[in-house]
Amino acid sequence: MQQFENASAGDIVLSIADRIIENRAYLSEIDGKIGDGDHGVNMAKGFGMAADRIRGNDMSLATAFDTLGTVLMTEIGGSMGPLYGVMFTQFAETIEKSSSIDAPAFSAMLSNGLDGIQSIGSAKVGDKTLLDTLVPAIAAFDAANADGKPFPEALDALVLAAEKGRDSTRDLVARIGRASRLGERSVGVLDAGATSCALILKALALGAKQKLLISATAGR
Amino acid sequence: MQRFINNPDEVVEDTVKGFVKAHADIVRLASNPRVIAARHAPVGGKVGVITGGGSGHEPAFIGYTGRNMLDAVAVGELFSSPTAKSFLDAAREANGGKGVVCLYGNYAGDNMNVKMAIKLAAKEDIEIATVVANDDVCSAGPDEREKRRGVAGEIFMWKCAGALAAEGASIEAVRAVAQRAIDNCRSIGVGLGPCTLPAVGHPNFLIEPGTMEVGIGHHGEPGVRVEPLKPAAEIARDMAKIVLDDHDLAAGTEVAVLVSGLGATPVNELYILNDTIEQEITGRGLTIHKTYIGNYFTSLEMVGATLTVMALDAELKRLLDVAVDCPARL
Repeated sequence: MQQFENASAGDIVLSIADRIIENRAYLSEIDGKIGDGDHGVNMAKGFGMAADRIRGNDMSLATAFDTLGTVLMTEIGGSMGPLYGVMFTQFAETIEKSSSIDAPAFSAMLSNGLDGIQSIGSAKVGDKTLLDTLVPAIAAFDAANADGKPFPEALDALVLAAEKGRDSTRDLVARIGRASRLGERSVGVLDAGATSCALILKALALGAKQKLLISATAGR
Repeated sequence: MQRFINNPDEVVEDTVKGFVKAHADIVRLASNPRVIAARHAPVGGKVGVITGGGSGHEPAFIGYTGRNMLDAVAVGELFSSPTAKSFLDAAREANGGKGVVCLYGNYAGDNMNVKMAIKLAAKEDIEIATVVANDDVCSAGPDEREKRRGVAGEIFMWKCAGALAAEGASIEAVRAVAQRAIDNCRSIGVGLGPCTLPAVGHPNFLIEPGTMEVGIGHHGEPGVRVEPLKPAAEIARDMAKIVLDDHDLAAGTEVAVLVSGLGATPVNELYILNDTIEQEITGRGLTIHKTYIGNYFTSLEMVGATLTVMALDAELKRLLDVAVDCPARL
């Protein structure tokens, strides 16, 4: 069974935060084309604050997700604060009792995160939001599992689908949020939330793959 | 960027600090530094009236905290919704035991954070009723009014609800009057120049010199129409037409008019617009009860103006005329 330890895996969340902070200007720039240009600024602020609380504290993945989710929900606001906040808090709740994380646990975590987002937001796939990244990514991960693919390959499928989903938002008309008032004028630009979601999922998948490699080596 | 800022990431903190120092006779900072409360709040037995929104619209939202107006305001980042916790803390500051009405604008972030705050408040037995402002005509068609943004009409909504709450009305009565006030408002914005979030450092969108955007949003959401810049009288006629066509008011109706600058438009130009706006409104047989001109609801340093027309009935007119004591001039 391929799995990695929950304990000490909180550094995966640090690498997610690093990617968001590196892309601060880029995310604000694409948001500025059809939104108000603060996505990168607010995301980097929230993820940076969470990283400061996680760093050096040898946290489990569950605790690090909870720290990030709580910071986003209580200190960031905007749309992304509650949406990503609820997603990461749900991630944390799903895995907090698991000492190790295998593909089914990883899948349950992603699905509960999605449920959390859908309980407070009203967007659907195709509305040009982060769901256009998240929903196909989870579907691809689950399909790879159902096909009996190894956990790392399923994570590759997740990243591929996330990026494809992100790119699909370029041709979509925004139907929700600030960009929706632009109608057809929102076509031709990536959705900022879909873009940050792809960054998050990729960093999460890469982090998980690295942990799988370490546990495979240790078990040998 | 030619701006008065220290750290671009601490613009809101610095704004709030200076604001509280300037208006310490009327407002105070709550234990949550992202909540401004009226000095008198909470008042036992009175329905609390709160709002919240992104910063950068000063004097909105914080400047409308005070007697006969808002009891507490949740403060967000520039152009970004306050957190659920800040909305909750604003409700706590305002709660005098009869519940709280949260009167805010229709934006995705505010909707989500208020929704979460309501759930959190219910655990403490604080009832929160809401009215979501949607007065911006160009943000969605008449068949999709629930999608429209809330803009300067919110000020009229707060003023009517704040006055009724101060009279000791029930939470349902205050909610209902706020709803009627905003239902009676229609607004339009015209942008001549964009604005820049200090932490981003460059304008979020461009308005080519010699052009203007009709229907522009309060956060620089591009308008629905880009046109060559016209003389003020023609722009004012357009603004009045868009608002009044959507309103469809019977001749003889009394109205309140609010012309607000978006931050970088000289106030004299608002008077130039109003000269024609007044003609257009009275030309349709409407009677202007009161006109407000100035920077009431801004968008950082955007060049542009908004027009709000509110239809009055006897009760709304009476409530609108109640004197208030808040940092913004009303």
